[in-house]
Amino acid sequence: MSANNYEPNIVAFLCNWCSYAGADLAGTSRVQYPSNVQVIRVMCTGRVNPLYVMNALQQGADGVLVSGCHPGDCHYMEGNYYARRRLGMLKDLMEFIGVDPRRFHMSWVSASEGHKWKEVVEKTVEDAREAGPFEGFRRRRIDW
Amino acid sequence: MTAKPKVGVYICHCGINIASTVDVETVEEYAQKLPNVKVARTYSYMCSEPGQVLIKEDIKEQGLNRIVVASCSPRMHEPTFRKAIQEAGLNPYFLEMANIREQCSWVHEDTGEATEKAKKLITASVAKVRLLEALESKEVDAEPAALVIGAGIAGIQAALDIADAGFKTYLVEKTPSVGGRMAQLDKTFPTLDCSACILTPKMVDCASHPNIELLSYSEVEEVGGYIGNFDVKVRKKARYVDFDKCTGCGDCASECRVADRFPSEFDQGMGKRSAIYLPFPQAVPAKYTIDPESCLYLSRGKCGKSPKCQEVCGAGAINFEQEDEFVEFKVGAIIVATGFDPFDASRKPEYGYDDYPNVITGMEMERLVSASGPTGGKVLISNGEEEIEPKEVAFIKCVGSRDESVGNEYCSRVCCMYTAKQAHLIREKLPDANIRIYYMDVRAFGKGYEEFYDRVRRENVRYIRGNPSEIFKRGNKLVVKAEDTLTSTPLEDEVDMVVLGVGLEPRADMRKMMDLLRLSQSPDRFFLEAHPKLRPVDTATDGVFLAGCCQGPKDIPDTVAQAKGAASSALIPLARGKVTIDAQVAEVNETTCRGCGFCVEICPYSAIEMVTVNQFGHEVEVARVNEALCKGCGSCSAACLSDSIQPKSFRDRQILPQIAALGAMK
Repeated sequence: MSANNYEPNIVAFLCNWCSYAGADLAGTSRVQYPSNVQVIRVMCTGRVNPLYVMNALQQGADGVLVSGCHPGDCHYMEGNYYARRRLGMLKDLMEFIGVDPRRFHMSWVSASEGHKWKEVVEKTVEDAREAGPFEGFRRRRIDW
Repeated sequence: MTAKPKVGVYICHCGINIASTVDVETVEEYAQKLPNVKVARTYSYMCSEPGQVLIKEDIKEQGLNRIVVASCSPRMHEPTFRKAIQEAGLNPYFLEMANIREQCSWVHEDTGEATEKAKKLITASVAKVRLLEALESKEVDAEPAALVIGAGIAGIQAALDIADAGFKTYLVEKTPSVGGRMAQLDKTFPTLDCSACILTPKMVDCASHPNIELLSYSEVEEVGGYIGNFDVKVRKKARYVDFDKCTGCGDCASECRVADRFPSEFDQGMGKRSAIYLPFPQAVPAKYTIDPESCLYLSRGKCGKSPKCQEVCGAGAINFEQEDEFVEFKVGAIIVATGFDPFDASRKPEYGYDDYPNVITGMEMERLVSASGPTGGKVLISNGEEEIEPKEVAFIKCVGSRDESVGNEYCSRVCCMYTAKQAHLIREKLPDANIRIYYMDVRAFGKGYEEFYDRVRRENVRYIRGNPSEIFKRGNKLVVKAEDTLTSTPLEDEVDMVVLGVGLEPRADMRKMMDLLRLSQSPDRFFLEAHPKLRPVDTATDGVFLAGCCQGPKDIPDTVAQAKGAASSALIPLARGKVTIDAQVAEVNETTCRGCGFCVEICPYSAIEMVTVNQFGHEVEVARVNEALCKGCGSCSAACLSDSIQPKSFRDRQILPQIAALGAMK
């Protein structure tokens, strides 16, 4: 696969209350952004097991995005703090095992930040594009 | 897993909202071939009655047991479709929605890209829906009481409505008196009703109502629990005056050693008050309060030989030993009516608010023209040298509103009308004054507003279209520098007095309320409602509602309407007596739980506890979830070392197939 005309496949985990609502607002406001990001809705970023990120890369994603409420604004009070710690550690670990850190992004997008969601998507896609197709893990095919 | 999954996929056109960008027929054809999919259909409006009937009939005739609706956001119509499939005999949680409108057709122009993305999202939904489990939601009793935070006109109205419906209402007000901003106003536009005359009866009502417990000079400190069962802790600040003994006679205030030395908050600092004070004559409750910062005895420990107030108080109500008290109670619903802050005119230094005494704000003007104000209703202003009756008066509108330089893009919605009203009041009091109003646009949108604006113009008030750039002093006059943009004429207008039509801003202390109640802000920084059109008084926190200017600038009629709306929403759980607890809570697999207790530590709601169970003849510790407390965030699950604790509908085995499905679709 050539890196020039490749479209990165990105899996995103969005919390229901802030980022998913922010992405909905981007839609309501008809903000246009790249179509590479596929969203999986979770109730809170605290739900995102770091293994999900690795699993997504293993299953064929070229990049992963986790987005939640701004620190201090978590609908569940503390979930995004847990996510920030867990996933911050994961990011270090990814670099350590040789995965380009540009493949993994975390962001805080509130329910009113439709435009910020667009910027986050653009940045995530751009970074994953620069990082190129991901073939670092041998794929363990899950026959879903 | 009982029966083999038979999935129905329903793709909505949403008129042309989805169908114009997503090729729905191609998607339908694709979905039909997905594993376990028995039926895939498209329809113009899936949420309409015939759309729902389509799904219901398929469930009955084709024996479908899982449903995917590819349409708008689940935040919009998930309840609709859950109800629909439940009516067809299916468990309501056997539904998954693919958001192909807000997060697909509306944000991608290219038909090819949007169609591909819709396919992916539907594939992931099918992957998940097959593994969803049947859930039963539970009902718990709701506490038949409400909390209203803030006792301005919004809070008063909401509290009265709930109390009139027969429910206990706690009304918490931060300041010593109820009444809020409306109590400070002189007349109200466009009817020129005296503000105090229409407000004070309501203030008195809310203090005397048998169902209202008024907690004035109090602040909400802690809120726990959930809709139907909130636990509230309120701090009653020390007034240093025995509430029951004080008769409100006022002898203490007139005898105070520092009588009339401190700027009165109620009079916007234009009048003075003593260290012990009643905010305004009609204050409710009519009980005096000592300001600990200005009181000599409380701030310095000494006030002459003995504090004067204590000497003169016949009722013996003064009590310097008084301490803050805490009261705790349970409520089923909460209404937030915390109001606004007027824009701080110092942030527009070009208008010289800090430099010239005769540049005042709209709020100050209200006090100046009020019969109960510092001048007794006479329009008198200092020009820096002497008190004069102004001959030339200028108003400037949109100060701090519609102004990106101060970060407020929004219109404050009241300034056009209150400047018109104040111009009218000055015309009444000073028939010979020359009055002009500098404006960007005139927005007279409410009932009777346009008519009032016309009337004011006919009263020889000149409207000049232009936003002044600067105000400076020349002799004993102020010069307003502006351009009349209708005639492209630069102006240097000499006046005696300038009134800044300051806008409304979110309260500076709103952060505390956001933390207490898990509220969010909209881009204008006011509290965010659950939906701008269809759920304007609800918030993302179930059981918490908004009323009045804390949600956005509004005039009194809109505020009262919203307060009544919030009251009726809050009454739903109270009147029903029960609330439905979300079934999507965490569950522990006790056979694999290793009893480490990580989840117990992590849970923000203390919903997990360790219990001892007997497993195969051994006593072991395992975690157990209290379903009434669990909110289903899933933070515990990501921390569990053995994947034993899992939030229902968001289990690993339900999310991992979504990931696999999306990953596979390069």
